[in-house]
Amino acid sequence: MAQGVMVVAELFNGSFKKVSLEALSKGKALADSLGESLVAVVMGAAVSEPAKELAKYGADLIVVAQDADLEGYRPCQQHNVLVDIINDKAPRMVLFGATRQGKELSANVSATLDVGLAQECLDLFIEDQKLVAKRTLFGGKIIATVDIEGDTQLATIRPNVFEITEATGAGVVEECAVNLGTVNVTLIEEKVEVSSKIELTEADYIVSGGRAMDGPDFSILENLAATLGGAVGASRNAVDAGWRPQTDQVGQTGKVVSPKLYIACGISGAMQHIAGMSTSDVIVAINNDPDALIFKTSDYSIVDDLFDVVPAITEEIKKLA
Amino acid sequence: MNIVVLMKQVPDTEAPVEIAESNVAIDTEDTKWAINPYDEFSLEEALLIKEAKGDSKVTLVTVGPDHVAEAIRVAYAMGVDEAIHINDEIDDEVYGAVDPHTTAAIIAAALKDVPFDLIIAGQRAVDDDSYLVPALVANKLNLPIISLVTKQETTDTEINCVQSIDGGTAVVKAALPALITTQKGINEPRYPNFRAIMKAKKKKVDERELEDIGLDPENFGINGAKVKIRSMEFPPERGQGKIIEGSSPAEKAKILVNLLKEEASVI
Repeated sequence: MAQGVMVVAELFNGSFKKVSLEALSKGKALADSLGESLVAVVMGAAVSEPAKELAKYGADLIVVAQDADLEGYRPCQQHNVLVDIINDKAPRMVLFGATRQGKELSANVSATLDVGLAQECLDLFIEDQKLVAKRTLFGGKIIATVDIEGDTQLATIRPNVFEITEATGAGVVEECAVNLGTVNVTLIEEKVEVSSKIELTEADYIVSGGRAMDGPDFSILENLAATLGGAVGASRNAVDAGWRPQTDQVGQTGKVVSPKLYIACGISGAMQHIAGMSTSDVIVAINNDPDALIFKTSDYSIVDDLFDVVPAITEEIKKLA
Repeated sequence: MNIVVLMKQVPDTEAPVEIAESNVAIDTEDTKWAINPYDEFSLEEALLIKEAKGDSKVTLVTVGPDHVAEAIRVAYAMGVDEAIHINDEIDDEVYGAVDPHTTAAIIAAALKDVPFDLIIAGQRAVDDDSYLVPALVANKLNLPIISLVTKQETTDTEINCVQSIDGGTAVVKAALPALITTQKGINEPRYPNFRAIMKAKKKKVDERELEDIGLDPENFGINGAKVKIRSMEFPPERGQGKIIEGSSPAEKAKILVNLLKEEASVI
């Protein structure tokens, strides 16, 4: 009999991803509303120490799966082990952070268990003991309320949407037996930048540049982002021009983001871009074209040359510190 | 080498979408359709492999209603050899019921008699953003899956890929047959020329219905869906914001930062 809520928490460079803690906090609220327990799952080479921290977010049971081949990007191995854990614990639902890895892992689990998965959810609630989600379609142009079908309902949650709330959980750590199973993709090399760069979808502050940047020099945006402790994004035009990597692209064909503050610099405001950032708490647009569409979506608009305005904003923010 | 490309037709990303009266689907009466942008990368990559290897065949597989034919013509004009269109007869009114699990079951059934060494799909479709169909198809056909590929090298027996992962890249390999999903940056999709477009109009599409591939329509559509849309709404509208007036960029910056701090409380 299915029981409880499971959350798969992801470690990156030794600490839990912010979105994993957001997922745990939401998972705790769902578990409480069911009157059932919250189970956290942590996979990696040596994770039993850091995993203990999850009690702080309400985990009653923390299942750790330890193996060198579960560390980093190991979609086959993590899938095989996670399916065993789900079959063993039989939770009603499993939540993941909507990271690159979370989206892939959840999709593979959805395939194996033949159950429904809602990606990048903005809200989750329970009806008749089943998970119901709100999620965006068409890159943010529409919000749909969806029923997730299957004995174990799966959902990934969009970063920066749910609050992190501390709670008290028993935090019993249980190490599970690891059977890596069939692995049909061989990893040859993994290159992960160990930088302080904040992942775009997890950033509280995003400074984005568009066509009016007129070249690959985004240093004024980088300075502002660094001052705010945020990340730099880009419009499709800027990415297509080769000025910024694809991983920086915000919009329906890039990433959908929900920061506290989104500053659009020299971005015209194409439909597909707006779709990807309109759930930001506050939007600032800077454009020298007073008729730019972006101004229809912005809370604060500055009609002026971004190359003059952006450095001035950086200076003003530095004064606050 | 036999290469299969999975393609989905989606509403053009540059246009708005309207919600249908049913409130569980979009109104497609005036919809401008396009090939899912990530599937354009898949088509291009398949054609590049074929051109490099010679003696290869690129087969397109797509699921959707009648108007998918337009997208197939574009794929033909790009250079696809053969197209299989499974017309799932889904009424436009229930577009919202199109589900990754049923779509993947249809694709897997359609591929039963199609020889392939490699399946290429887009990393996701930009309508439902579920990242699911490639994973489901790979699972049903018991194939290795390599997602978000930005570079690949294929021999007759093996595929080597560079893929984007959280915070970096991974280099992986798998034995063929395998399924890969494409990420932006892998190539620049070609624009077909006029002659190719004209020629494509004469090409035959292998159109089949669910019964033709041994499936019972009763199990599809909303009946087979694993995620069922209950209702749709537009995101809350943001009212026209404040235009910050000032005599200089510096003054505007100062007013803005003050508003962000005092009024919006975000810094």
